[in-house]
Amino acid sequence: MTNIDIRKVVQEELNNIAPEVDMASVDPAADLREAIDIDSMDFLNFITAIHHRLGIDIPELDYPKLVTLNGAVTYIAAHLKSGKD
Amino acid sequence: MAEFRMPSLGADMEAGTLVQWLVKPGDRVKHGDIIAVVETQKGAIEIESFQTGQIEKFLVDVGTKVPVGTPLAEIRAESEAKPAAAAAAPPPKAPAEKPAPAAPPPVQAPVRPPSPPPVAPPTPVAAGARTSPAARRLAEERGIDLSTITGSGPQGAITYADVERRLGAPAAVPEKKRAPAAAPEKKRAPALNLDAMRTAIAAAMARSKREIPHYYLEHQVDVTPCEQWLAQKNATLPPDARLLIGVLALKAVALAARRFPAFNGFYRDNKFEPSEAVHVGVAIAIRGGGLTAPALHDVDRLTLDELMARMRDLIQRTRAGRIRSSEIADPTITVSSLGERGVEALYGIIYPPQVAIVGFGKVVVRPWVIDGAIGPRSVVTMTLAADHRVSDGHAGALFLAEIGRLLQEPDKL
Repeated sequence: MTNIDIRKVVQEELNNIAPEVDMASVDPAADLREAIDIDSMDFLNFITAIHHRLGIDIPELDYPKLVTLNGAVTYIAAHLKSGKD
Repeated sequence: MAEFRMPSLGADMEAGTLVQWLVKPGDRVKHGDIIAVVETQKGAIEIESFQTGQIEKFLVDVGTKVPVGTPLAEIRAESEAKPAAAAAAPPPKAPAEKPAPAAPPPVQAPVRPPSPPPVAPPTPVAAGARTSPAARRLAEERGIDLSTITGSGPQGAITYADVERRLGAPAAVPEKKRAPAAAPEKKRAPALNLDAMRTAIAAAMARSKREIPHYYLEHQVDVTPCEQWLAQKNATLPPDARLLIGVLALKAVALAARRFPAFNGFYRDNKFEPSEAVHVGVAIAIRGGGLTAPALHDVDRLTLDELMARMRDLIQRTRAGRIRSSEIADPTITVSSLGERGVEALYGIIYPPQVAIVGFGKVVVRPWVIDGAIGPRSVVTMTLAADHRVSDGHAGALFLAEIGRLLQEPDKL
């Protein structure tokens, strides 16, 4: 899975939570909670969806690493790789 | 014969529009089954049956707006076998939990022409498949062909969950259909009419401010024990089993409300009716600007895991425009939280006929004194708005303090 594919998955799952947001216009370095107005339940649903779709485990302690679009892509890419080793 | 009536979903509701039947004459229904969808100011509400029995006939056509209390259908209780079938009928089942009210004497049945077949709902449905509006919407949004789904609802009706299940099977979901790029403005659930919701909020809040003599209290609580306990518990759990701190807050409020009944119940007809059950209304923000506070039932008796699952389900359904009638009608106290961002305290407006609303601000790290030493602790500001016709600040202070005390021992919640 390339980073482009991962970004697409992340954007899709965020769009499931915030359907009215044009993800292409969201600053990839912005805090998603502010940028697309999601609350803690939304964020947990996002983590759950990524977990189910890509099979990676995201412990609570790592949540801060996924609060931006770029951060989420980087984190997921790293964990997809390490999962394959 | 029992009548299934247009329910009252809140003090401000006078009428509702029957949007869809999810059953047909002859279908068996039991207490709690969702049998119709009604459009109200609060959106489309899925209406549950209070009776167990068989749908005898419809009395109101789809698309009709009728006042609260209007009979919508007749339901024959289990024990009332049809006269013709009486001999062949199997022995009546064990009495239902809440037996339907005894049938009125068989005076002349209201003279009505036989109901015409229900008018087709506004949106076309695949032939033969009954589909809840929310399910149809989701299917449309995701490009799912309803005729390929087997419904699990009453009499094979396709429910939202059925469509969700199909979505969960990735192979069946055409990737391009999931891409949300096109027409994002069409994506909001059409059942949620935000203008109507704003009108309903305005009416309820204006009435509250006019009629309820509010008093307000606030109390700061160290929630570090909750955070530590949650971190430890969640560390070993997959995401769908993890708890949020809001669940601890809900449970603590419910347990405190059981101990302080002056904050749990309804003020109606110039008197307070305390409630045995604790049904906590959860204020849920709707994307795009709207707010509703449907009930989680019997919160004081649920485990934290159950409560989390119910809260997740309720929030999801509410935002999809799929609230059930019982959830709208009977919250006994409300909890509002503006989440982990935003403000440190919120002062709620009581939702009539309730008598109290508890607010939680965001958790902030503050210098705090413990055993004579200052250290950083996670602190939340709780507020209470309560009805002076029912309680005083003294009782309110004890109530808030009790919530704070309960939050010091999250493992006992």
